Amino acid sequence: MSTAIDISSVVKRYGTATALHGVSMEIRDNEFFTLLGPSGCGKTTLLRCIAGFEDVTGGEIRLFGRNIAALEPNQRPVNTVFQQYALFPHMSVIDNVAFGLKMKGVALAERRAVAGRMLEMVHLSDFADRMPAQLSGGQQQRVALARALAPAPKVLLLDEPLSALDLKLRQAMRVELKTLQEQTGITFVFVTHDQEEALTMSDRIAVMSQGRVQQIGTARDIYESPHNRFVADFIGETNLIEVDVTAVSGGMADVVLPGGHRLRCPAETTATGRHHLSIRPERLSLTGTGELTGTVERVVYLGTDLQLLARLADGTPFTVRLQNSARTQVPEAGATVGLHLEEGAARLLAD
Amino acid sequence: MKGVRHYPGFLGIAVACLVVLYAPLVVVTIYSFNDSPSITTWGGFSWRWYADVFTGPEAERFGAAAWNSVTIAVLAATASTAIAVAAALAMIRGGRFRGKSATYALINLPLLVPEIVTAVATLIFFSAIGLTTGYLTILIAHITFCIPFAYLPIAARLSGIEEVYEQAARDLYATRAQAFRLVLLPLLMPGVISGYLLAFIISLDDFIITNFVKGAGMETLPTAIFGSVKQGIKPNIMAISTLMLAVSVLFVSLSYLVNRIGQKTRA
Ligand SMILES: Nc1ncnc2c1ncn2[C@@H]1O[C@H](COP(=O)(O)OP(=O)(O)OP(=O)(O)O)[C@@H](O)[C@H]1O
Ligand SMILES: [Mg+2]
Repeated sequence: MSTAIDISSVVKRYGTATALHGVSMEIRDNEFFTLLGPSGCGKTTLLRCIAGFEDVTGGEIRLFGRNIAALEPNQRPVNTVFQQYALFPHMSVIDNVAFGLKMKGVALAERRAVAGRMLEMVHLSDFADRMPAQLSGGQQQRVALARALAPAPKVLLLDEPLSALDLKLRQAMRVELKTLQEQTGITFVFVTHDQEEALTMSDRIAVMSQGRVQQIGTARDIYESPHNRFVADFIGETNLIEVDVTAVSGGMADVVLPGGHRLRCPAETTATGRHHLSIRPERLSLTGTGELTGTVERVVYLGTDLQLLARLADGTPFTVRLQNSARTQVPEAGATVGLHLEEGAARLLAD
Repeated sequence: MKGVRHYPGFLGIAVACLVVLYAPLVVVTIYSFNDSPSITTWGGFSWRWYADVFTGPEAERFGAAAWNSVTIAVLAATASTAIAVAAALAMIRGGRFRGKSATYALINLPLLVPEIVTAVATLIFFSAIGLTTGYLTILIAHITFCIPFAYLPIAARLSGIEEVYEQAARDLYATRAQAFRLVLLPLLMPGVISGYLLAFIISLDDFIITNFVKGAGMETLPTAIFGSVKQGIKPNIMAISTLMLAVSVLFVSLSYLVNRIGQKTRA
């Protein structure tokens, strides 16, 4: 598969503040690629560098092999769905959608036809002659999407386009966006700080924190094989347990669990000493005597699941998720339980 | 917190201010319809002084002065509005540049400097560069002091328009010029119109600076009125003053309305 956007060692400074510290990633053609990270990690900044609203301080961005540093935003075959939508308030919906085509010199009849098709695609044909102020948030969002797709860009940048919508609409739009991406074959670069959104929609995800890329991979990769503590903690729920690493070789580590049990597990680090082990709560089960022993503090009822909040002897908190079935034996608060780690449940993290 | 209205004496002070400000205008307006040539005794309602303004012995003088006033106001308002738009773009969209504070002060200086000082300085400047006083010097002076009046509503409007609209236009393949013309300018329009109307009326009403730089034989309406008054106040002066008052009120109201409508369509 060919590369759509090749970002190499991009640095962006605002005066003395650094928003991007040497970010590199390769976004493939036809991919639904997501930038995921907490607020302020530089997602918008990276998107603005690709769109051309910011000059990079260092590094290089290539679009289909071509360095785009010298290109103005209007010369880049990239369209953006802005977080605030930014529909032109003085133009009707159809004129908004046709704007890009008009700027490209497409004749009136054709651009009306294309804009009409785009509105059909986002189920807003009946709203063509309305003004943006007369639309609901969800409708404005879809107009913004139609407007960005109308000129048939090679790459579509979406900056948290769903964040202003309510939960139900957001879930519906996730499916629509994903379908749209598959239908059009346009490369989507999607920004979000919502991990569930990222996991459900993306082909691949770049997890960012503090202006750095922490890990790039499929939803499964980053959930099951988190590279470091930040990723393990940010994506989903996890138990971080400090362990002694006695030996590392060939990507596997020998560790000593609190309580003395020895374990061999996949490792993201090559150093011995104190490191963190990540264990997902659903990969633990209760037994009489297991690799770990703890005291139950609370049991939380979640409907389909039960959540067990417990502590190890050394005070480390941890969580276990149990399926809520008739056969599940639920311990009382204060009970001492043994925990069994499923095969491959534990993973030694880099810091 | 108590509204200002509830403070003791508020009503009295407010009424006193309004009377002092507006009583003379009311008197002038009423007496412009006075049938009697006296300016102090009421002799019944009549349009005669309005007729006198347009057909009387001074009609030609007033006509020429009014023509100068209006053409200068149109040209000065147009030029100063254009300059104000450029200045507002530089100040609000231009990022940080050296001398920004100084530029801001420079744009608004005419609002702070006593008008008589500006008048004298402008006259000295024109004679220093050897420009003969006349229509052109009035126009140049008017453009200069109209800039801050045009600038204020335009800058206020522009700072309320998020940059993301221009970026969206640029993202959709508009050149810088197209993004300005097709997106920013329409959004800015209420401010531009408001600024234009203010500049127009400020130019139309100016007396002090105009009187200094107009040169001999050149009159605008305010200087012509002043010239007439020096020979004694006749009721036709009240009629022409009332007309100017009406035009001023009309323009200021328009400017206010445009701004209000603009706020409703806030980008
Ligand atoms: N114009 C600017 N001037 C100075 N600092 C800026 C500027 N724009 C962004 N930053 C800083 O760069 C960092 C990254 O900002 P950015 O907007 O890219 O974050 P983000 O990941 O999009 O966050 P959010 O999820 O809140 O939108 C932040 O620390 C921010 O304060
Ligand atoms: Mg952002």
